[in-house]
Amino acid sequence: MPSERERRFAGPRRGQLVFALVMVGGALLLLVLITEQTAWIQKTKLFAQPRFWPAVAIGGMVLLGGLHLYKLPWRRVSRYDLWEVKRWGQVLEFAGWFMGYVLLVPVIGYLPVTLAFVPLLSWRMGYRSPFMLWISAGFAVAVVVLFKAFLSVKIPGALIYEYLPGSLRSFFILYL
Amino acid sequence: MDLILSAIDILMRWDVALALLAGSVGGVLIGAIPGVGPAVAIAILLPATFSMDPIVGLTVLLGIYGSSMYGGAIPAILINTPGTAVNALTTYDGYPMTARGEPRRALSLAYSASFFGGIFSVICLILFAPVLAKIAPMFGSREIFLAALLGLILVVVAHRGQALIAGTLACFGIFLQTIGLEPVKYTQRYTFGQDFLGGGINLIVVVLGLFAISQAFVLLTDEDEKVRMTRLRGGMFQGLRELARHPRVAGVSATFGVLMGMIPGVGEFTAQFMSYTYAQKTSKRPQDFGNGSSEGLIAAETANNAVPAAAMVPLLALGIPGEALTAMMLSVFYVHNVVPGPGLFQNQMDFVVALYLALLILNVLVLLFLLFATRSLIQVVRIPNRFLGVCILTLSFVGVYSLRNSATDCVMAAGFGILGYILKRLSLPSVPIILGMVLGGIMEVKLRAGMARVKEPLDFIDRPVAFILFCIIIIVLAVHILRVLKDRKELKEAEWQTNRASTSFGSLMWRRRNSFLKDHGKKVRARHSKLLRRLTDLF
Repeated sequence: MPSERERRFAGPRRGQLVFALVMVGGALLLLVLITEQTAWIQKTKLFAQPRFWPAVAIGGMVLLGGLHLYKLPWRRVSRYDLWEVKRWGQVLEFAGWFMGYVLLVPVIGYLPVTLAFVPLLSWRMGYRSPFMLWISAGFAVAVVVLFKAFLSVKIPGALIYEYLPGSLRSFFILYL
Repeated sequence: MDLILSAIDILMRWDVALALLAGSVGGVLIGAIPGVGPAVAIAILLPATFSMDPIVGLTVLLGIYGSSMYGGAIPAILINTPGTAVNALTTYDGYPMTARGEPRRALSLAYSASFFGGIFSVICLILFAPVLAKIAPMFGSREIFLAALLGLILVVVAHRGQALIAGTLACFGIFLQTIGLEPVKYTQRYTFGQDFLGGGINLIVVVLGLFAISQAFVLLTDEDEKVRMTRLRGGMFQGLRELARHPRVAGVSATFGVLMGMIPGVGEFTAQFMSYTYAQKTSKRPQDFGNGSSEGLIAAETANNAVPAAAMVPLLALGIPGEALTAMMLSVFYVHNVVPGPGLFQNQMDFVVALYLALLILNVLVLLFLLFATRSLIQVVRIPNRFLGVCILTLSFVGVYSLRNSATDCVMAAGFGILGYILKRLSLPSVPIILGMVLGGIMEVKLRAGMARVKEPLDFIDRPVAFILFCIIIIVLAVHILRVLKDRKELKEAEWQTNRASTSFGSLMWRRRNSFLKDHGKKVRARHSKLLRRLTDLF
């Protein structure tokens, strides 16, 4: 049965201890590196020192994070914490999808990659009906037309567009 | 009058009109889709607005900010799921009204209350602008530093029960903005010899990661929800008449919204909580609150819609954003070399009034749009969660990549996306990181400038505004410490099942000592030891 302290804790139990440990551990590591990663300039006031604000920030992280860790009602990592860490790991797959999309756009082009990315990820998420796949493709085209052609956001033309004939090449580089 | 005319002149352009229309309709749509929210939309659209004029870009973003809460009321009332986080209180009275067959009444009341809140706050602030223009020049470097510090402290202490971790995350935000080449002595800070860290970590990369990509991850790893929609019949105008029957609740709630909106770090939740509590306490039928009370719905919706205009006050007058959305808007100002702060109020007052007028027009547009298009609009609630995740991930790419065409930025955004996902899973706030980044940068510059002319520490607060801000900081910290001590006492009382005696360690020892010394204590111990002996003899 959870204790009164556990019941009053704001938020779920799973993963809290692991997160607090990583946060404080990371802050301590940054604190150890402060002399190496920041400079102390002679004949300069304390508040103008380049080291001052990193020291305030990391000092605050260590102090407040340490107090948070101390005040946590749990002292041991349970199996629920480990399941939660596994759950965090699941999103690496989608981060991978995102990075794949990022790396392919400058090579293959914004429109072709988006036209492949959205329906493929929709397929992966379980939307396999022709209706949803058409909606996905429509969404992909709408995004490219809205942002690249209409709002002219800075997305460079792809490498393969270089092989297109003259006027088509400049149209693709500018609008798709 | 001249000021208003020149402000209207700024707004009389086709691109501003288009921005108003896109912002209002887009904001309502985004608000109506549970799981998106204005923060995600603004984060994605931010880089696209950099190529626009400041007034056009800010109108789109303000439009989304101001109108998303109107849209957020639709799923809150119809399917008991708030469209944006601030519509959570709307579900208390909105959904019970739908359950008893009055969805149309609830929706029209919510729109009318939101409209009143929005218009009230804009009118208040247009009238208040000349006063602000007089106060703003009193803020020098020291005062802006203290105001930014106050904002940061308020954001941290506003997270009740999570203040320590919110403070840690705010410090993490301050640390993030220190990374890179420091602009005064030109030394590297925490770059680890990597070129990509030399230019620092871009705020928009962090914002997109923490708000947009993390939300995509949440939706992609979630299950789709089955939505049962209620049919809407009849007109939507009865809410305006019903609102007119509760002018006191609407007026007080809007005032709370304006006041709370102006204080950095406080925002919609506190405004709603205060107005809802006020409405319940002064109502003739307090028992109806939470069961479909029209007054409760008016209080919640009026208060949250009065906040966006008021939240622009610290941003425009002092250059200090009070929450994540205004922090994002600050970057639009910086990109166009418009520095918000006292100078803006002195030199470009017409620009400030134009922004407020844009908000005013926006509220009218949104109300008209909703009164006629709600029945078609409610279909967006049906978009499945995970497909929405796919869409947000696709749109996030535009936001991050169009910034500098850098794959490194995208890696960092994905990293912050994972951090944001973890924070969401643990119900921890990500807003302190953003405000730490923005306010940390302001504090660093202003403290350095402010301390240049200070000989003794007390000289820092020798000006009236600085002294008042310093006193407010002390009061806020003292109130927070008292609240923490009270919570601690309540916890101990709950653990020990007693509230008669003090729970401090010193008092406990004192009572134990008295029990040892007094005759009654000796008798009690003798009786207990006799009973114990009898018990042990049994075995």
